[in-house]
Amino acid sequence: MFIKKRPSWALSQSEITPESVYLNRRQFMSGSVAVAAGLSIPGLLPAAELPVQGKSLNFVPMPDYSTAEEKTPFKDVAQYNNFYEFGTGKGDPARYAEEMTVDPWSLGVEGECEQPGEYALEDLLKPHEYQERVYRLRCVEAWSMVIPWIGVPLADILKRLQPTSRAKYVYFETLHDPDQMRGQRSLFSTIDWPYQEGLRMDEAMNELSFLAVGLYGKTLPKQNGAPIRLVVPWKYGFKSIKSIVKIRFQEERPETTWEMIAPQEYGFYANVNPEVDHPRWSQKRERRLPSGLLSPNWMETVKFNGYGEQVAHLYKDMDLRKFF
Amino acid sequence: MPGSRWSGHPRFLLAFRLLAALLASMPFLFLVSNIAAQSLGPDPGQEVTELLGLAAFQLLIATLCMTPLKRWTGWSGWIRIRRMLGLFAFFYATLHVLAFLQFILGWTDLWVTFTKRPYIVAGALSFLMLIPLALTSTQGMMKRLGRSWKQLHKLVYPSIVVAWVHFIWQARSDVGEMVFYGLAILVLLAVRWKWAGSRGMIPFVRG
Ligand code: HEM
Repeated sequence: MFIKKRPSWALSQSEITPESVYLNRRQFMSGSVAVAAGLSIPGLLPAAELPVQGKSLNFVPMPDYSTAEEKTPFKDVAQYNNFYEFGTGKGDPARYAEEMTVDPWSLGVEGECEQPGEYALEDLLKPHEYQERVYRLRCVEAWSMVIPWIGVPLADILKRLQPTSRAKYVYFETLHDPDQMRGQRSLFSTIDWPYQEGLRMDEAMNELSFLAVGLYGKTLPKQNGAPIRLVVPWKYGFKSIKSIVKIRFQEERPETTWEMIAPQEYGFYANVNPEVDHPRWSQKRERRLPSGLLSPNWMETVKFNGYGEQVAHLYKDMDLRKFF
Repeated sequence: MPGSRWSGHPRFLLAFRLLAALLASMPFLFLVSNIAAQSLGPDPGQEVTELLGLAAFQLLIATLCMTPLKRWTGWSGWIRIRRMLGLFAFFYATLHVLAFLQFILGWTDLWVTFTKRPYIVAGALSFLMLIPLALTSTQGMMKRLGRSWKQLHKLVYPSIVVAWVHFIWQARSDVGEMVFYGLAILVLLAVRWKWAGSRGMIPFVRG
């Protein structure tokens, strides 16, 4: 229902906001920040210019896996992020992720599989052709975006690592390096770094699960989880772990970061579900970004973020109120 | 005597009050300029709400600093701006609540929001306590209420504590900022507690 074939009138690459437009906005912004350095915290957005990022990638568009909804412009996708490794403000990742080195990058593969080892990122990706998929991303904070990701189906890579029959779950881990990630240096963070996430094996092997290495046709901006991140579009954004350094196949269900901090608020499954409220936010609706002050872009949230056709069967016999 | 020096000069006092008013207006000017420039990012409703909440909270703390500043410096100019700062705090708090209702809630789900979400209940309690303070802030009210005016305005203490609870309950993971403000509030309350204590021991000294 929500994944439509890309119609001929769908937005093309050339309609992305040109870089020069948003750089001008940035300059204006830094001016007004300077004016109002009073009591408020002028930390909404990076005051400095955002360096032009990304190498162009070759990819095949996948209209069957892409929504035709209007995409969230690059400047918003790249400047409005939750990536607490770099700070808790939405603008912090864009401001500070430059401090992270993403090349060279390697991933450790461990646990219940035939091909464990330390893989250079290029080696892990080499055999695969990149795809472009335009997915909806729904944050647990009740906002959402539409993002054209470039990457590889997660299942294709996991299969190459040959999980054994004892592999029931996949565990993922983000880089832990306080020297490069200032949020990890914070004394008052309740997160027990590194950030960790996990999927049930059948979720990981689902056709929608995706490992992204780029967006808008270019390599990922660091603040979006460069050089490689997970994208599971039917789950709240925090499941889509960024800057992955470890993949482990395991028999027991992994503990996940947000669940460890507040198990009554964030579950392991974290499927988008308007019927189950987060204690602090209603999940019935979402603000599709960019939203305006006078014309807020509200829309009803759809179960499984509209991907029920592909994933509802995974949870057939489960009480999703209990396993939220 | 401080009062006899330049610091007591009416012109100086006026300049001081204007400066305070300008500083207290900064968050508002900041908001207006950023709304005009459309530079609040892709989710401006959320940004506006958060900025206003923070401004209200900071100004409430600033208001509570005035009496200690007066006692420590001996200069009464601080007290002359106290009401203004408190009213600015109330102004921002009111806009904060309206921004929340308009931009975040869209005036839907009111009942669930104000009964089921603890951090919202805390915010609402804090705001409710500020309302009578703003309404009785005039000279006339001060005279009319006499001694009970002082009693009534002690509501500012629970109000700021509950606002702090409202603040920390919405922390996702990093509570550094909340701890910082919490310590400031703790010091401001401790100072009063100490004064009250010494008043109790030396009954002839009026604070
Ligand atoms: C009916 C009353 C109130 C409601 C419904 C309310 C609602 C909210 C909401 C929705 C947020 C944003 C939460 C988030 O998404 O993280 C917020 C933030 C905040 N509010 Fe309130 N609030 C109320 C009263 C107050 C009052 C009276 C104060 C202070 C005197 C206050 C101070 C704050 C502060 C400091 C923040 C955090 C801003 C930041 O993130 O920097 N609120 N409030």
